[in-house]
Amino acid sequence: MTEPDFEPPYLFPDYRATQLRAPRRELVRLPDEWFHHRRGPAFGRVPVKAGDSDLTRQHSGEPLGERIILTGRVLDGDGRPVRHTLVEVWQANAAGRYVDPVDTHPAPLDPNFTGAGRCLTDDEGNYRFVTIKPGAYPWRNHRNAWRPAHVHFSLFGPQLASRLVTQMYFPGDPLIPFDPILSSIADARGRDLLVAKFDPGTTEPEWALAYRWDIVLRGRDATPSEG
Amino acid sequence: MTVPTPSQTVGPFFGFAMPFEGDAHAVAPGSDGAVRIEGQVFDGAREPVPDAVLEVSDGQQFARCGTDAEGAFHFTVRKTPYLDVLVLARGLLRHLATRMYFPDTDLSDDPLMRLVEPERRHTLVASATKGGLRFDIRLQGEEETVFIQL
Repeated sequence: MTEPDFEPPYLFPDYRATQLRAPRRELVRLPDEWFHHRRGPAFGRVPVKAGDSDLTRQHSGEPLGERIILTGRVLDGDGRPVRHTLVEVWQANAAGRYVDPVDTHPAPLDPNFTGAGRCLTDDEGNYRFVTIKPGAYPWRNHRNAWRPAHVHFSLFGPQLASRLVTQMYFPGDPLIPFDPILSSIADARGRDLLVAKFDPGTTEPEWALAYRWDIVLRGRDATPSEG
Repeated sequence: MTVPTPSQTVGPFFGFAMPFEGDAHAVAPGSDGAVRIEGQVFDGAREPVPDAVLEVSDGQQFARCGTDAEGAFHFTVRKTPYLDVLVLARGLLRHLATRMYFPDTDLSDDPLMRLVEPERRHTLVASATKGGLRFDIRLQGEEETVFIQL
């Protein structure tokens, strides 16, 4: 049985930057064992400290905005947890501004918020970040273009084919239907996979709303078997 | 249901988050067997791509480097027959994968090279320079790099 595949195409003209960057030649299809099943990067050199998963405590004061918990499981193609794998996140602040010097949006920076975090998944493949809800921000893709609020995620997993860099969106965001980046995924079921769910069970009373977002990586942790 | 989570672009604003200390050096520069690799990333208009980040690995070694205003990147690695290379950038909804062969690797029986038209094979091979190796990546157009279907 072939798994449904909701990957976006490289060329999606509505997202203008793809037009000069998407390859036009056919990509080479290799047998999986020649590339896809090769051991993924040993990311052990990327430093991960215990406090890196709490983006609200990286400065002397608390950042402005709505404090949230982002949590979920990282699974492989067989639905098994991907343990102790690196999860990197980055995002805009509550006003929709990135610390990155490339960002020129005239919204305020927050001296108490950088917006970058890292953690390793636990024995059950769980990750957990505390952060603030990012704001929407304008971009120049087309007239009056605004990105829906999102958090960037980067994951490694066990194999070269497991590498995933993507974005997580928030449920009910009115900008979602207008976003060419999310709309590049043609099938609504695929777009839904990138939208977190409000998680009342993990929400902490008098403290923070929680959102749950599970991630499925390509490839399998176990020795490949045919069948 | 275990449908793989789809990819989205790394965007332009990763420069404050993805770099880490010594990220471009899988081995210490100047150490025994260390090789410096330099290159540039170009788009379909032959313009440099200043907002890409590359990752190279061979199972043991791993290094990451963002491109600068000239689209330039550099790595220091231990010599190996080839490196797997991932390219992430604004405008790439999914990362691209390719392979960089060291110039003296015997490619006569290489399974990947056999699948590539002979006139495009050179896009996968680094060239020797005075200080190390040169490997440019062309995302599109004439001399487009051979990329691997993920």
